[in-house]
Amino acid sequence: MREQILEILRKDARTSSEMIADLIGSDAETVAKEIAEMEEEGVIRRYKTIIDREKAGDERVFAFIDVRVSPTRGVGFDDVARRIYRYPEVHSVYLVSGDYDLRVVVEGETMKEVAFFVADKLSTLDGVLSTQSNFLLKKYKEDGDIFDDIEEDTGRLLIS
Amino acid sequence: MKPISQTVEHYPPSGIRKFFDIVSQMDDVVSLGVGEPDFVTPWRIREAAINSLERGRTSYTSNWGLLELRRVISRYLEGYSGLCYNPENSVLITVGVSEGMDLTMRTLLNPGDEVIITEPCYVSYKACVELAGGKAVTVEAKKERDFVVDPKDIEAAVTDKTKAVLVSYPSNPTGAVADKKTLREIVDIAVKHDLYIVSDEIYDRLVYDGEHVSVPTLPGAFERTVLLNGFSKAYAMTGWRIGYAAGPTEVIKNMMKIHQYTMLCAPINAQNAAIEAIVNGAKDREDMRREYGRRRRVIVKGFREAGLDCFMPGGAFYAFPNVESTGLTSEEFCEKLLFEHKVAAVPGTAFGACGEGNIRCSYATSIEDIVTAIDRIKAFVAGLK
Repeated sequence: MREQILEILRKDARTSSEMIADLIGSDAETVAKEIAEMEEEGVIRRYKTIIDREKAGDERVFAFIDVRVSPTRGVGFDDVARRIYRYPEVHSVYLVSGDYDLRVVVEGETMKEVAFFVADKLSTLDGVLSTQSNFLLKKYKEDGDIFDDIEEDTGRLLIS
Repeated sequence: MKPISQTVEHYPPSGIRKFFDIVSQMDDVVSLGVGEPDFVTPWRIREAAINSLERGRTSYTSNWGLLELRRVISRYLEGYSGLCYNPENSVLITVGVSEGMDLTMRTLLNPGDEVIITEPCYVSYKACVELAGGKAVTVEAKKERDFVVDPKDIEAAVTDKTKAVLVSYPSNPTGAVADKKTLREIVDIAVKHDLYIVSDEIYDRLVYDGEHVSVPTLPGAFERTVLLNGFSKAYAMTGWRIGYAAGPTEVIKNMMKIHQYTMLCAPINAQNAAIEAIVNGAKDREDMRREYGRRRRVIVKGFREAGLDCFMPGGAFYAFPNVESTGLTSEEFCEKLLFEHKVAAVPGTAFGACGEGNIRCSYATSIEDIVTAIDRIKAFVAGLK
């Protein structure tokens, strides 16, 4: 039941409890209760809107910063990661396998702002060995949503 | 000019197309009349087809179809229902089930042979039998049985001319799914009277409550059943025109003869796409099935709220609500609904006279459109009172 509710809400967070109940063959009260419980437990953290920033005229820039870190005894990478993610400029932080340890997504008004943030704040942190900045040029798909507008007119017949 | 064939000249066109011309002239129509998935073919399948074109795979294939495709179908059927078909001589790749049905009837029937068909049913069955020189004997699947045929009615229709019985569950247009007991009884009748069974299982992967029962898995059925299936519905591949027939070697071999002279082979690109579908398409297929299953609940609830009787269909993507309470015939209901409220549905009568009183509504359309259509139908039905 939870899995089904989450799947529906992931696609459209505004789906009503009544509609979810109809879709999965339950009743609205049970669904509402289950959602409330998941909100309580932090399974559902909050509801956001997916915005096509480009269309919204938002000119902010994003960069993916690959950070190499020397882990600290006892806390591993957590300590550095926590220092990084507290900055509001930091959009996401992931610990990843491969040549780098942390993948940090930074947003800013301009490229210069982001570059300065990396030079001033990120690379100077204790434990940070190196950084490599990759600026986002075009977003094709994010979190399952395609931002690349291509016409897909299927031409399906209305009666068949 | 001399007149064309009498048979064809007087043959009625498909009733399903009747509203098509009107609908395409109108704006803002929400259509519940569509008999195909609203999903585009999953990308992995399209990509496989593009790749196969880039590699220059544009030739004829074996008349039977690509051996690789027949092999994966054979393996798939073994894993799915335990059926063992030899890919070398018991599986034929066809241009959809439509061609498979035509080949089956042309292969099985001598002039005057009878085929028992359950109505309401898909529009091509009767035509395939009759154009092959056979006689279609129709049996009615009754509303009281949620449109699952009563095997006794099939037995009552058997004569010494009966050659085959055609079974198709899940059903287009009703969405009915036959239970195992009913299907066993039908198989027993076929065994008793030595009849072929033609089983169109194109909607087998779109079953929402319980498991699909494949007819040839039933005792006594395998050696007398031509199983017809394809990729159109389960993998959203209608326009590729790709399907298969599996059955007794003697029958399939002879179907292949007609196929080689009339079709030569199914399009190679569709065959390559089908390989990808069957090998890697299970998740996409299941995602679509789950989605249809949900829409089904919404649309059925909507009809009931509108005051129309509607049984919960177990499969395919059609609901078959009853409109008799409105005092209108199926055709009147659909016409008024279209002209006055801009919702397109297909009258049950397009699928046989016994479809009178019901309308076929496809839920292979977005949930938003289903909600809009239901709102309009509610307003329409309320206005009739």
